Amino acid sequence: MSVRTYLLRTHGRTRLDWTDWVSYLYLVVGLFLMFGPVLWIVVSSFKTNAALSEFPPSFLPAGQKTTEVKGHEGRLPVFVVKLPDGTTKEMVELRRIGLNATMVDPAKPDEEVQVNINDRTKTRELRVATENYTQLFGKFSFGRYLWNSVFITVVATLITLLFNSMAAFALSKYKFAGQKAVFLLIIGTLMIPPTIILVPNFLVISNLGLLNSLWGVIWPAVATPTGVFLLRQYMLTIPDELLDAARMDHASEWQIYWRIVLPLTAPALAVLAIFSVMWRWNDFLWPLIVLSKSELFTLQLALNSFQGELQTEWNYLLAMTVITIIPVTLVFAFLQKHITTGIAASGVK
Amino acid sequence: MSTHGTANRVGLALTRIPGLLEPLMRGAQTVLGSARMPWVFLAPNLLIFGTFTFLPIVINFYYAFTGGVKLYPSERPFTGMENLATLFECGSYFDPSSCRQDIFWRAVFNTGKFALLQVGLMVVLSVLTALVLNRKIIGRGFWRGVFFYPVLLSPVVVALIWKWILQSQGVLNGLLVGVGAQPTEWLTSASWMFFWVILVSIWAHMGFYTLIVLAGLQAIPKDLYDAAEMDSASPWRVFARITLPLLMPNLLVVIVLAMIRAVQTFDEVFVLTGGGPGSATTFIVQFIYETGFAHAIHQYGLAAAASLVLAGALLVLTLLQLKATRSGGADK
Repeated sequence: MSVRTYLLRTHGRTRLDWTDWVSYLYLVVGLFLMFGPVLWIVVSSFKTNAALSEFPPSFLPAGQKTTEVKGHEGRLPVFVVKLPDGTTKEMVELRRIGLNATMVDPAKPDEEVQVNINDRTKTRELRVATENYTQLFGKFSFGRYLWNSVFITVVATLITLLFNSMAAFALSKYKFAGQKAVFLLIIGTLMIPPTIILVPNFLVISNLGLLNSLWGVIWPAVATPTGVFLLRQYMLTIPDELLDAARMDHASEWQIYWRIVLPLTAPALAVLAIFSVMWRWNDFLWPLIVLSKSELFTLQLALNSFQGELQTEWNYLLAMTVITIIPVTLVFAFLQKHITTGIAASGVK
Repeated sequence: MSTHGTANRVGLALTRIPGLLEPLMRGAQTVLGSARMPWVFLAPNLLIFGTFTFLPIVINFYYAFTGGVKLYPSERPFTGMENLATLFECGSYFDPSSCRQDIFWRAVFNTGKFALLQVGLMVVLSVLTALVLNRKIIGRGFWRGVFFYPVLLSPVVVALIWKWILQSQGVLNGLLVGVGAQPTEWLTSASWMFFWVILVSIWAHMGFYTLIVLAGLQAIPKDLYDAAEMDSASPWRVFARITLPLLMPNLLVVIVLAMIRAVQTFDEVFVLTGGGPGSATTFIVQFIYETGFAHAIHQYGLAAAASLVLAGALLVLTLLQLKATRSGGADK
C-alpha cells in the first residue's frame, strides 16, 4: 500500500470527497493559528537584542554579527567594507558621524580607517542567544520567582488533594443528618467566583497576618467545590461492602479512608492534581493582591511587572515566558487525555 | 497507556501521606465516637469555605454600605446606599461621560459589548471546530489537542505572546509589510485593541468549549444520521434538522458558562492592554481591582459596591444556567 493511499484512506469509504479536504484545510489553518503564536515566542526568545530590534523580523534568530576588539569595550557591529582598491574586507565599526564611519580590521586594531557608509553592508550571522536563558538566574531574582511558584503549586495541590478527598469521603461513604445541606453548600460556592469577594477576602487575609506571605495565596485556594464534586462522584462507585469488611476487622475510620478508599480513588485524584497544578501555576489576580513585595512574586507576577516597565528587556522577558510555558506544555503532552476526560466528566475547568 | 500508568503511580504515592495523621484521627474517633467522624472529615474544607467564601460574602455587604478609606470595619462609618448611589449617579445611563463614576460605566459597557461579541463568535467557532473534529478524520486526538493547548496557558503568558506579535515592530506588521500593506499601530488604537482583545480571548478559551460541544455531538444517536443517509438528506439539512436541535441544550449551557466567564474577564486583558488605550478595554473586574487596591486611595466601599453589581449580573446568568441545565436534562 502506498503512503498516499494509507494517508488518504477513510473508514468505510474509498476516497476523500470535498468536505474532507475542507475539514483538513480547516485543521491545518487551526494548527497554524493555535501553535504559531507560541512557536513565534519560542523562536524569538533565542534571538539577540540586535536581532529582536530588526524590522521586519526574520523567522530564524539571525542578526548583525558583532565581535570584540582588543582595546575597545563591548561587542561591536561587523560590516563587509568595499575598500578603495576594489577588494572587500570584514571590518568593525568603532563610531560613526554622519555618512562617515571609523572602522578597524579586528586583526589590526590600531589602524583606523574612514569609510563612507554607502560602501559597506552589514554582516549577518545566525546566532542562538542562549544567554537570554543563562543570564536570567544571575541578572534577576528569577530563581526566587520560580521557587515561589513551585512552592505555591506543590503545597496547595497536596493540601487540596487531602482536604477535598476527606470531604468527598464524608459525603459519599456516610449517611448523616445535614449531609445533603453540606453538599449543596459546597457545590453552591461554585456560584461565588473569587472576583466578587476580593475586598473582604483581603481583610480576612490581612487579619490572619497572611498578607505578603505565600500561605495567603495557598489557604483560600485549597478547598475547591470542583475537587469535592469530582472525587465524590468517583467514590460513590466504590462498593460499601469493602468498608464494612474493614470495620469488622476493627479498622479505624481514618484507616478506611486512607488505606482502602484513597488508593481506589487514584485515577480521580490524578485528574484533580493536574487541574490543581494548572490553576495554581497560572493564578494571577489573587497573588497580585496578596503579594506586593517583589521577593515574593510568582513567575506570573514577575512577568507582569517586567512587561510593565518603561524599558522592557524583551530578550529576557521572552525567555522567562518560555520557561513559564514549559510545565503546562509537559502536562499537555503527557496528560492531555486525563484533562479532556476530566472536563468531559465534570464540565468544569 | 503508559501515561495512565505513571499518573496512577503518582496518585498512589500521594495517598501514602495521610498515614501520618493516623494517631491524631484515631484519637478523634475515640473521643467523638465514629458517628461524628464525617464531620471531622468535612471540617478542614468547611473551615476554608467558611473563612474565605461565606464570611467574605457577609463582609462584602458591610463594605458596600460603609465609607472612608480604612480597611478595618470598626473604623468605617456607615453610609447606607451612598456607595451604590455614587456608582449609579448619571446624567444619562447611555452616556458614560455624564456619570460621576464614568470609568465604572465605561467598564460596564465595555464588559457587556465584549461578552456579547466574544461569546457569540467563540460559540460559532467552537461548534464549527467540534463538527470538524467529530468527522472521521485521521489523528483526531492530536487535532483535538491542537485546539485545546492554549487553554492551558496562563492569562499572563497569553497576553505577552500577543503583545509581542502585535507591537509596532512585531511579526504581524512584518507580514503586512511583506505583502505590501501598511503597518498598523494595533496597541495604541482603541478600536483595534478592542478587536484584538476579543480575538485573543477566543484564541485562549475556545478549546475548552469545543470539548464540551464535541461531547454533546458524540451523545447524538448515530442511527438518526443513518436514517438521514438512507433518505439521502443534504448535509445542510442534516445539520439543521438533526444536529442543531439535539445540540441545543448543550449549546445553552456552553453559552451561559462562557458568559459567566466573559463578564469576569480581567487578567489577560489587563496584562495585554492595561485597560487602555484610555479606558477602551477597561472591564468591571479591573475597575474593582483598581478602585480597591491599585489606586493611591483605596476606596474599598466603592469596590465592594461594584462587586455587588457584578454579583447581581452573575446571579442572573447562574439562574439562566440552572434553567438551561434543567431543560438540557429533560431532553435526555
